[in-house]
Amino acid sequence: MRFVFKRSYNDDIKLFKHRTQMFWYLALLIFVVALPWLIDDFLIGEATNVLIWAIAGMGLMVLAGHTGQASLGHAAFMAIGCYANVIMLQRGVPFIIAFPLSGVIAGIAGTIIALPVLRLHGIYLAIATLAISILTDDIIVITAPWTGGVGGLAAPPFDIFGVDINRYGTPILFYFLTLVVTLLVLWAYRNILRSPLGRSFVAVRDSEISAQALGVNITKTKAISFGISCAIVGLAGALLGLFAGAFNNETFNLVLSIQLLLMIVIGGLGSIHGAFFGALVIGFLPQAIAITRDGISETFGLGTIIIPGIESGVFALILIGFILFEPRGIYGRWIKIRTYFELFPFYRKGMFKRQKTYLKTERMK
Amino acid sequence: MPRGEGFDLDMMQLVISGLANGSVYGLIALGFVLIYKATEAVNFAQGDFMMLGAFITIWLANPQFLGIDFWIAVPLAISIMAVLGYLLDLFVIRKMFGQPQIAVVILTIALGFIIRFVVGAIWKHEPQLLETPFAGRELRIGELVLGFEEVAVIVVTLLLTLFLFLFFRKAKLGKAMQAASQNQLAAYYVGIPVKRIQSLVWALAGAVAAVAGVLFASKGAVDPSTGLLGIKAFAAAVIGGFGSLPGALIGGLIIGLIEPFAAYALPAGYSQIAPYAVMLLVLIFRPAGIFSQMQKKKV
Repeated sequence: MRFVFKRSYNDDIKLFKHRTQMFWYLALLIFVVALPWLIDDFLIGEATNVLIWAIAGMGLMVLAGHTGQASLGHAAFMAIGCYANVIMLQRGVPFIIAFPLSGVIAGIAGTIIALPVLRLHGIYLAIATLAISILTDDIIVITAPWTGGVGGLAAPPFDIFGVDINRYGTPILFYFLTLVVTLLVLWAYRNILRSPLGRSFVAVRDSEISAQALGVNITKTKAISFGISCAIVGLAGALLGLFAGAFNNETFNLVLSIQLLLMIVIGGLGSIHGAFFGALVIGFLPQAIAITRDGISETFGLGTIIIPGIESGVFALILIGFILFEPRGIYGRWIKIRTYFELFPFYRKGMFKRQKTYLKTERMK
Repeated sequence: MPRGEGFDLDMMQLVISGLANGSVYGLIALGFVLIYKATEAVNFAQGDFMMLGAFITIWLANPQFLGIDFWIAVPLAISIMAVLGYLLDLFVIRKMFGQPQIAVVILTIALGFIIRFVVGAIWKHEPQLLETPFAGRELRIGELVLGFEEVAVIVVTLLLTLFLFLFFRKAKLGKAMQAASQNQLAAYYVGIPVKRIQSLVWALAGAVAAVAGVLFASKGAVDPSTGLLGIKAFAAAVIGGFGSLPGALIGGLIIGLIEPFAAYALPAGYSQIAPYAVMLLVLIFRPAGIFSQMQKKKV
């Protein structure tokens, strides 16, 4: 167990707690930069996919993990980012402007929608965002002149300062583009959490009443959180659109919204790490299921079994397992294992036990 | 269209079929409200419960499966669903006791996925119709021709809502359920077995879902994705004000009526939006719903 002696107040908000931690993150950074030379083009595509999921996960984590507002409608903001980006690219706006702008547009849309919706609490917020998610599909169809409706849109080719980037032609460049966006978002996110704004997010999450008593403007904080969250998710949506190549009204459906939420729950709510762990799970789960299925059918000589919807079924089972047995997700489990070894042999079972909250209603009858 | 006799009859039939659809939404919404009233959690899988109830009834009653007599199959299906609801709480939901509300939301969403998957794997994904003894019969009131099923749906829903309303008002168990929701800890202290009460509520919600499933399946075909209807029932519950039983029914009826009239008056593409748009408006301007039961929380 390492004890960090803090000598000034700023030590509390340092980016890295100590040298060793910095070393490991640098090692990880070198690994992800060197990745294209370690694996083939197909796997690079998969890695890009995981990074895009991770960006989206970070976006939702700001809102759900750190501000405590669960949204079931974030696919809608991915859609806004995606469509805004592609529509601008089609009109000849250079990528370097269109891409950040698509995030800003998604963020503004999110804030506008947030203002009336955020007065609602927990369940009501979830239902309102659920409605937004359902409406997205219909709105994309209605605005067909811009969005292409059911026919969808195809992502046009784009370049950054004359360098063509294409998912199939230059997968490595696309990977680096996604990596740079991921790192920028990560850096911004980490710094927000160190700032007064980030701490007011956490205050709102932990208790709205005490946050209010401490002088935090709850509605404003929630709206900012929603806006930032939507902006990040919008960037992820823009990348997803370029990555997928073509998309239509059904790409950004309710299932995507729910997957996003499930992803960060599996990864671990309330930590940036959780978004990445969740992205790894969701990125590789379909392959894992396919491989397991083929393995089973080969071993028993059953031929190919195709059960429709098995992916979402397995995904849901894993999720229920996590909620019941490890509500803090993969990252929480990792923390526990690490603490066990750091404190060996003094780890106690109840160290991470959460205090139970007993419900009181706000209804009169 | 000229305002003639035929027009009014068309309208009347539109209203009745809207009310019948709305009753099913209302019944699903009743399931939400029951669980919300007693455990302060929301069961996002209630629509899938209804679908499961419908499929169990079809499996019991339809000749191509077990072919039990309809009037035996229905109570049987309702009891099976009630037992399933009880067991679900006993083994899964109870573990969530004392955890944040949103955890239950995510859990029940996942549960919905699993129910859809299991039903699809067992009974396939083709739409199926429940064969009822009153299928195809009609009620004639003057010139008005009504499907027997539609009238049955409306009547059964009204009776069930009335029963549940009185149950929560008068019965000891109903009052205990409300107490358990208002303050779990205090309910423990006055001797209410909160955990068992919650399991019973889930059983009740399962039974109501089975009734909704039977009514829905007698009116039209069901397939595993029918459970997504639950989202419209959310709109119903929100419009009525979560936590109010008559509110849920009225919300359901409102949604049921909006749908055919929106389809009649609005261009295609806009009409599907109408129920959700109404729900969002209610959420924004009267967040606690029409039958508000909220009060400002005091420290």
